[in-house]
Amino acid sequence: MKVSDFLQIGLYIFLLIIFTPFLGSYMAKVFKGEKNLLTPLFGKFEKLIYRISGVNYEEEMRWKTYLFSLLVFNFLGFTIVLLLQLFQSYLPLNPQNLPNVPFHLSFNTAISFMTNTNWQSYAGETTLSYLVQMLGLTVQNFVSAATGIAVILALIRAFTRRNGNSIGNFWTDIVRSILYVLLPLSIIMTLLLVSQGVVQTFSSYLNITTLNGTQQTIPLGPAASQIAIKQLGTNGGGFFNVNSAFPFENPTPVSNFIEMLAILLIPAALTYTYGKMIGDNKHGWIIFSAMLILFITGLTASLTSEYQYNPVTGTNINMEGKEVRFGVTNSVLWSAATTAASNGSVNSMHDSMTPLSGMVAIFNIMLGEVIFGGVGAGLYGMLIFIIITVFIAGLMVGRTPEYLGKKIEALDIKMAITAVLLPSAVILVYSAIAVVIPQGLSSLNNTGPHGLTEILYAFSSAAGNNGSAFAGLNSNTPYYDINLGIGMLVGRFGVIIPALVIAGNIVKKNIAPVSAGTFSTNSGIFVVLLIGVIIIIGGLTFFPVLTLGPVVEQLLMKSATVF
Amino acid sequence: MENTYMEKNKKIITSDILKNSIKDSFVKLNPKLLIKNPVIFIVAVGAVLTTCALFFDFTLFNMYITLGLWFTVLFANFAEAIAEGRGKAQAEDLKKSRKETIARKLNNGKEMRINASLLKPGDIVVCEAGDIIPEDGEVIEGIASVNESAITGESAPVIRESGGDRSAVTGGTTVISDRIVIRIVSEAGKSFMDKLIALVEGAKRQKTPNEIALTILLAGLTIIFLLAVATLPSFFRYSSSSNESSNYLTIPVLVSLLVCLIPTTIGGLLSAIGISGMDRLIKKNVIALSGKAIEAAGDLDVLLLDKTGTITLGNRMATDIIPLNGTDIKKLAECAMLSSLSDETPEGRSIIKLTKEKFDTHPKEIHPAMVEFIPFSAETRMSGMDYRENGSVRNIRKGASEAIEKYISICGGKVPSELKQKVEQIASQGETPLVVSEGKDILGLIRLKDVVKGGIKERFEQLRKMGIKTIMITGDNPLTAASIAAEAGVDDFMAEAKPEDKLRRIRKEQANGHLVGMIGDGTNDAPALAQSDVGIAMNTGTQAAREAGNMVDLDSNPTKLIEVVETGKQLLMTRGALTTFSIANDVAKYFAILPAVFAVLYAATGSMNGPLQALNIMKLASPQSAILSAVIFNAIIIVLLIPLALKGIKYRAEGANAVLRRNILIYGVGGIIAPFIGIKLIDLFINSIKII
Repeated sequence: MKVSDFLQIGLYIFLLIIFTPFLGSYMAKVFKGEKNLLTPLFGKFEKLIYRISGVNYEEEMRWKTYLFSLLVFNFLGFTIVLLLQLFQSYLPLNPQNLPNVPFHLSFNTAISFMTNTNWQSYAGETTLSYLVQMLGLTVQNFVSAATGIAVILALIRAFTRRNGNSIGNFWTDIVRSILYVLLPLSIIMTLLLVSQGVVQTFSSYLNITTLNGTQQTIPLGPAASQIAIKQLGTNGGGFFNVNSAFPFENPTPVSNFIEMLAILLIPAALTYTYGKMIGDNKHGWIIFSAMLILFITGLTASLTSEYQYNPVTGTNINMEGKEVRFGVTNSVLWSAATTAASNGSVNSMHDSMTPLSGMVAIFNIMLGEVIFGGVGAGLYGMLIFIIITVFIAGLMVGRTPEYLGKKIEALDIKMAITAVLLPSAVILVYSAIAVVIPQGLSSLNNTGPHGLTEILYAFSSAAGNNGSAFAGLNSNTPYYDINLGIGMLVGRFGVIIPALVIAGNIVKKNIAPVSAGTFSTNSGIFVVLLIGVIIIIGGLTFFPVLTLGPVVEQLLMKSATVF
Repeated sequence: MENTYMEKNKKIITSDILKNSIKDSFVKLNPKLLIKNPVIFIVAVGAVLTTCALFFDFTLFNMYITLGLWFTVLFANFAEAIAEGRGKAQAEDLKKSRKETIARKLNNGKEMRINASLLKPGDIVVCEAGDIIPEDGEVIEGIASVNESAITGESAPVIRESGGDRSAVTGGTTVISDRIVIRIVSEAGKSFMDKLIALVEGAKRQKTPNEIALTILLAGLTIIFLLAVATLPSFFRYSSSSNESSNYLTIPVLVSLLVCLIPTTIGGLLSAIGISGMDRLIKKNVIALSGKAIEAAGDLDVLLLDKTGTITLGNRMATDIIPLNGTDIKKLAECAMLSSLSDETPEGRSIIKLTKEKFDTHPKEIHPAMVEFIPFSAETRMSGMDYRENGSVRNIRKGASEAIEKYISICGGKVPSELKQKVEQIASQGETPLVVSEGKDILGLIRLKDVVKGGIKERFEQLRKMGIKTIMITGDNPLTAASIAAEAGVDDFMAEAKPEDKLRRIRKEQANGHLVGMIGDGTNDAPALAQSDVGIAMNTGTQAAREAGNMVDLDSNPTKLIEVVETGKQLLMTRGALTTFSIANDVAKYFAILPAVFAVLYAATGSMNGPLQALNIMKLASPQSAILSAVIFNAIIIVLLIPLALKGIKYRAEGANAVLRRNILIYGVGGIIAPFIGIKLIDLFINSIKII
């Protein structure tokens, strides 16, 4: 690694830390419904939306109503994306005359975009029309991210309201997230990306003759706008199949840096928003630092492995599967960010990384996408782990556990452990089935531990709503499309539903005041404990299978054995 | 009754208990009992599976593993049995005192002898010296000394009398002097003693809220690890070149991995911790009527403490009398004496003593027929007498200054201007002024001195460190209260507190999210006891107070509240520490078992050692001894931790962060390291004796 590599990583983390309080406090104002920077611009428009849609924005919802609204809203999104794909050949904005998408692929894609996963079984440029991309996918990129924010807002209200029963208004939360946060940020980022040369056009693909005389089709499209939100909303579904490795999605080092920063921008800032809204800024930073420590640890392991002598290639630098434009550091940094944040966009092929860096990527996902995580989703996932941490460690100070003054009791624990259990079950059970049946194995391009990692990665990515692929696995088969789809559903709503049940239960409780006898969630010990619980409870389950995948592969690589 | 259960309880585990516990460990193998503990139930299912596997594939290794698994279950059962055993032994002793008694029931004044079990609430019975009180009741007439050693273990008799706060009597205790008439309040079989027996026996033990929550967490972890192990054969089969998986990933190996990963340590000790928490309270002579109350005790952050008895020695002594308005000091002394004749409290007696010694007053000149005593009531806060003398009536009163001032102004009298100043002067010195009046005139003041208990200030300092706020409750005026509060070092005080004030204060604290504990004895304490999160009723108190509280202090020592809080905290800490330890153990167990299980994978042809041997960082001798060592460690650790579960982890009064730091270091970091050492030692041992 060169000095410039360190400098760049340093700048990345520095900017992340700098942006967090600015964006975070802005978002806190937005979500509390207070007057903010953009109120003069959007305030009237917001009211108009409520009037047209008949939403009483002052109405408070109990958790069941909130959850019901969320589910209906998401199901509606799913249905629209599904129908748009199934009938795209009859619909406008399809200059390439792409045929209707088969059901299993439409199903997979519709779920993928509803759940903020953006798993790409489809290849954007050869499967989906501009209409589907814009009206279906881009819209979902906004609303699925907003859904994540809505859930965390409900939890914040639950923890801050004393003896309450309502947790906010879902529709207001969605409208505000999109109007004041996602949309303005996307517009800024689109302009930045277009300035770097990312394409944004409705023209049909170009057919050109290359220098050595062959014909080549150059895919185009309204890419920049979708890329902006796919990065910001931790969606990750690229306009083009190879995602941000494609020059039209990510042409320059500057665009690469902006896109990388956008991955973690909102999830990181939300920790500050959280601190601000619960009236404890320090706690926001505590959560931020737990996430950052996990992130940097993974990144360090990954970089070390990628810059190590590789007996297979005989080089000290592993360039396989990476864009020469970006090099190792930028590719590894992106891979760490995209897997930590459940984004899932890629600028290199994770399949080609060293087994150890591959393991870091997959482990980031397996931990439940809580290292910054998806927009909103990362934080509510982290809250689940905080609840478990507080429960175990809180007992050790001799009080029944409490978090932010609210007692953590049986129902809360039941839901928290369910939220950890369901995604883990998806990963383990589905992978275990796939590695022994022909439908699962026939999609593999590799054997041995590498093949195992590929399958494991696919189901982890689905359950964690990450959406990145390890590659090397042909997942566009009815078997994988349907089962990965189910995996994404469980991974998303298997956490959202328990989280909202917790919100409904927590909001009813009284808030115990802080005293010297209170377990402090603002200390260094708490950060250590939280990380310990995330790794032991969230990760220990996967040790055996990781041993058979990347661990043994790494050990074998030393003897130059590859798969 | 020499050998009461209380005394027996103080002994360490007897051989009797040990024998019974070993027997019970096997009785508890009953699946219906096992299923209550999901973690241990899974171990038992695993043990059954490996036992079945023995029939198909009998090897020494499989047999050792099977034994190891069964012992894990038995050790967990044993932990619970031994915790229960102590309670059972106590209950046996209690039952002996609960033999059939004959009650002397009063029916329209006539006495008839009936079996005690036929008594109904509301019946009136009479007890004389030598009689056993048949059921719980309220003394409605008379005074008697009662031997309550059957429940308290204290052989010194206690006074029980009608009216006042010492009217409750307990079925099964013995009257040793005088005669009392009792109104029965409990139904047969539902008396205090019956409840006590059920409680110490643990028969009615219900899981407490936090225990339920922890059980859910442990069950959840068990399912997670079940998934990890159940999916392993499939991954193994994929990874192995031939069909060798069945040779290495046998049922005993899989079950071993599962049992080592699921939280068996805390799972096996959880109920023992809960039972012993209640047990430790019993040792302190406090009976918790529910386990929930002990847990809640750990959470208390506001304690309402009665000044008298808790903070001060309780016996305020009259030290001086101060005449006002130029009253003759002799006259004041006489009236002070007269007003205290009906006052049986130590203060009252100290006033008589003072006037007699200093001013030579004599009470014997008074004829009872000429006197109407006005007893002290919490409402009027005065006592005194109406004394007929020479055809006129002398209304002599004494009480708190507000009470007397109010009384005087109702009577149309005038309050001397110097009174207020004198009262404040006395009060500001931490002493209590009592005002004496006759008719419409205020005669003077009695100075009462209150003595703060030694060491109480340090105690409150500790509580403050633990984040617990202390509020002193007193009927004294604000100045007196402030002075004593400062001397004792409480955080806050309520002066001139009436029972309703206590109740209101508790509600206010609770609305702010505090959990409030209090200790009380009188009937007027009952609402506050019921409202508080942990209400400790003193055994000397009234039946109403005993019903309202969720703990009963048999010693009737108000300082107990503090010890109860400590026991509650200790219970929760022990639970948390052992859970942390149990989960932290998993890291080492992975390093023991995974390399053993996966040893052959991707091995070069002919070799038994594949690349994953690199994970065998403990350098355990062979795959079989590695797995067996982990299983043995897992079983033995339960037994080794039984004393800790029973005694509770070491408790110190300090802030949450200090407690946490130490416990994390011992049980978290220790929990990661200990099994590495333990498993390695066991591996060395079983290889040195060559059993495998």
